[in-house]
Amino acid sequence: MTQAFMAVLARELRLALRRRSEWAQPLVFYAVVATLFALGAAPNAPWLKVAAPSILWVGALLAALLSLDRVFRGDHEDGTLEQLFLSPQPVSLLVAGKLFAQWLVIGLPLTLLAPVLGLGLGMEPNVILVLMLSLLLGMPALILTAGFASALVVGLPRTGVLLPVLVLPLVSPAVVFGAGAVRAAQSGLPAEAPLYFLGAILVLCLCGVPLAAAAALKNALD
Amino acid sequence: MTAILSFQNLAIARGDHVLLRGLSGSVSGGEILHIRGGNGVGKTSLLEVLSGLRSPEQGAVTRRLETDACHWIGHRNALNPALTPFENLRFWCALHDLPADNVRGALREFELQRVADQACRQLSAGQKRRCALARLAVAQRPLWFLDEPLSALDEGGVRHWLGLLQAHQQRGGAAIVTSHQPLPGSLTGLRSWELS
Repeated sequence: MTQAFMAVLARELRLALRRRSEWAQPLVFYAVVATLFALGAAPNAPWLKVAAPSILWVGALLAALLSLDRVFRGDHEDGTLEQLFLSPQPVSLLVAGKLFAQWLVIGLPLTLLAPVLGLGLGMEPNVILVLMLSLLLGMPALILTAGFASALVVGLPRTGVLLPVLVLPLVSPAVVFGAGAVRAAQSGLPAEAPLYFLGAILVLCLCGVPLAAAAALKNALD
Repeated sequence: MTAILSFQNLAIARGDHVLLRGLSGSVSGGEILHIRGGNGVGKTSLLEVLSGLRSPEQGAVTRRLETDACHWIGHRNALNPALTPFENLRFWCALHDLPADNVRGALREFELQRVADQACRQLSAGQKRRCALARLAVAQRPLWFLDEPLSALDEGGVRHWLGLLQAHQQRGGAAIVTSHQPLPGSLTGLRSWELS
């Protein structure tokens, strides 16, 4: 069982190495969005610092969403999904492997880029630490949620605007607590409480999403 | 001979549309069931129901084997275009808890050794089909489900596949095959079934 999980993980990482744009695109997008906000503001505008937590959080969210609608699409189109369902492995485990790889390829680089952009938006070091912690907890939850949504729409010929419409309401709690933690740190308040909430959301996603996504994929085959 | 797969009173639907109803039958070891019928009559859906990928609208399928004891080669090849044939088959082996030792041999058997390490997107349709069918040679399993196995195959490929199928049949294996092309009458254990 762990062998199959590792095989899925290795396959996804190999695919990411072959298709560089897949992980480079979100990073470039994130950097450009954060920079454009800074360029759009008046020099030294005080509101930029106030808005920085939500800019960095929403930017990371949108960047992660860019390529997530393709997580299961290729496997559905080329027939790999059928082989996954006919294998003796639990499909939820294979789904978990795929989404873990997505986090490694997209989520983790975005989390590591955020402090650099935070510095550019004038964040203090202690605030940047909380920003990283919040993204470390929040990014996997975002990717799991978006993975579930992309499993839901995998059988549809064209998803277009459907995926964001499905995902954005589902991830709003993560954004509220994630940006909230950074804001709390900014105003010198303890940031633990929102971070704990993010942790709880992550655990909920970890337990529920692989099973729900596997069921959604099964539905796409029917 | 006891049936390894039997089905009673199956109704098969695609969406809300019922394609076939009242199907009953069985397949035993050493038997090759050739399902025929025009486009859109529901051959693929029937095969999916028999293999357990799709649930029937009505009726029941009894398989006297574990799901793991079947080969499924759908009309899509289950090959990722960015991976090589070798990598694709090795991943398939890992999924099915099989050792990957036989992969090279199976690819050679299907004359794919030259392209075994090229990305699948560079392969021709026939080469991809050969690569999908090479799974049959990687592991021996008692029941095969093959959906249009001959599409895009050249003469040599068809001949080789027929040899593999005949050897499988002689070992007592069963196969359920959908195909528009006629299978040669010299194949022993062949039974044709026309859907309408």
